[in-house]
Amino acid sequence: MSQNIERSIRDLREMDTLASGDSPLHRVSAGAKLLVTVVYILVVVSFDKFNMSGLMFMLLYPAVLFAVSGIPVSTCFYKLRFVLPIVCAVGIFNPILDRTPAFPLGSFVVTTGMISMVTLLMKGVFCLMASFLLAASTRIEAICAVLRKIHVPSMLVTLLLLTYRYAAVLAEEANVMTQAYNLRAPGQKGIHYKAWGSFLGQLLLRSMDRAEELYSSMLLRGYHGEFYYAQGGSSSIGDVLYAVSWCALFIAARCVNLTQLLGTSVLR
Amino acid sequence: MHMADALLSPAVAATMYVASGTTVGLSVKKLTQDENTQKLPTMAVASALVFAGQMINYTIPGTGSSGHMCGGMLLSALLGPQAGFLSMAVVLTIQCLFFADGGLMALGANIWNMAFYGCFVGYYLIWRPIMRSRLFENLGAEAARRARIIAASIIGCIVTLQMGAFSVALETTLSGITELPFSAFCGLMLPIHLAIGLVEGLITAAVLTYVYAVRPELLRDVEVSEEVRKGSSKSLRTVIITLAVAVVVVGGIFSHFASSNPDGLEWALFGNEEAGYSANMGLDEENFGVSSAVSETAAGIQEKTSFLPDYAFAGSDNPMGTTVSGIVGSAMVAGAALLICYAGHFFRKKNA
Repeated sequence: MSQNIERSIRDLREMDTLASGDSPLHRVSAGAKLLVTVVYILVVVSFDKFNMSGLMFMLLYPAVLFAVSGIPVSTCFYKLRFVLPIVCAVGIFNPILDRTPAFPLGSFVVTTGMISMVTLLMKGVFCLMASFLLAASTRIEAICAVLRKIHVPSMLVTLLLLTYRYAAVLAEEANVMTQAYNLRAPGQKGIHYKAWGSFLGQLLLRSMDRAEELYSSMLLRGYHGEFYYAQGGSSSIGDVLYAVSWCALFIAARCVNLTQLLGTSVLR
Repeated sequence: MHMADALLSPAVAATMYVASGTTVGLSVKKLTQDENTQKLPTMAVASALVFAGQMINYTIPGTGSSGHMCGGMLLSALLGPQAGFLSMAVVLTIQCLFFADGGLMALGANIWNMAFYGCFVGYYLIWRPIMRSRLFENLGAEAARRARIIAASIIGCIVTLQMGAFSVALETTLSGITELPFSAFCGLMLPIHLAIGLVEGLITAAVLTYVYAVRPELLRDVEVSEEVRKGSSKSLRTVIITLAVAVVVVGGIFSHFASSNPDGLEWALFGNEEAGYSANMGLDEENFGVSSAVSETAAGIQEKTSFLPDYAFAGSDNPMGTTVSGIVGSAMVAGAALLICYAGHFFRKKNA
């Protein structure tokens, strides 16, 4: 169980380390990356559920980004363990319920249900890769600075920043607590129901006290309801070019089946 | 219950973003009006706690399995509905960005399904009325409060999780993602979440009764004056009556709709024949082509709300030809993607 927490802490640190790396992608402004990511996800999701070949073209965006940034692909796929089971659970009914034949592949007949399931899985993986690449190449301060720029309420942004920093602290503390508990209760899986309340309750109360101290120290450093961000200056021509060219490519891929075009031109 | 991007269509996702965004806006406004900036660190720590608390496993007695907690009810009991909602929204955002738990585009829907019901419905319709009611009064003042906390936590978690699960089914079906009929989807989702809700309710109840025993001033609405209680024992009745009337009305409309148009719900959700859906449904096709004023309106709405015009896989001029070129093209794109990845690797190594 405590490995579970340790893994989460490591996940969080890993993202922090990746985000503070340096590569051409890391140097693109957070605003441009956020915009491109949102447009990418919107375009991917808007693909028709039988348009597998058209969707395939969208694989190039994460591939290029992984290549440019040097972010390991394996880290991203490791994170799929949360999302894929749910997408699979929903998609698995498509080939069972929809048996309309689409085309034969040798002696095997591919049905539209199978195609829609694969498309669904592809959409899930693509969208995950896009948001992973954003988070792994952009520091949270930079994301928060952009959110402030587009007028997301200061309260929400500050809360996001504080929670992000505190999540690691509290996870660490929960880890120490569960370790101590496990050592005193060998052979027991999880926390006994008699200790449910006091276990998390104590952590909660101590954290509440800590929050008051935190607020006092914030006030002493001159906090008055707004954080200031060092990042998030004006965007350069490179950023604009980055955003415009990707978005144009996505929309082109959505309107014309570029994969099909590629295949046809080769076959000719 | 975290939804992935692939489970939503852009139109549904956008609607949910608007709904959640509006709630966030209203909550921020309410909290700023109350000048509650000193609450901010408390909120941050509480949401970080929910985050950490979700990693802890709780052994369920009698079974080999373990449960986790979700936190909507816990946060709203500690911080109030608005602050609790914002805290939950932030937890979900961090989970989405850094743990890939739930999609970026589905974030609006996830906030609605998990934070809105847990915090607003849970607080205004369940926590506060129960806390202010005279339930369990024969147990004595102290024990009655504890019993009310336990009852509110369990009922709250179960009810709000059911609503969340129902929303997940509804949003996925409205997006036209699954071939599974809406009723079957609900039949799968709701019982699972009934069990999850019960476990969550028990964990929430345990934590809140502990907090009540040690620091009762942290909980909302637990210690209320007699006047408030007198005033709101009526309000509990009003709430129950309102809920009952709502159930009857909604049920009536639903069953009328269902009986006048068999399979009406599925039909309404999946669209009409022209949209190219019914042929792919693999369900009873006779019931799909029904045309009525309602069907035309629904089709019109669907046409307007669809993000970009559809173009179907089936029904192109030369299905075999397009299939082959599609496969060839896909293989080329996949090859190119691999090549790009290797090229990046190669050049980085050279530079290093």
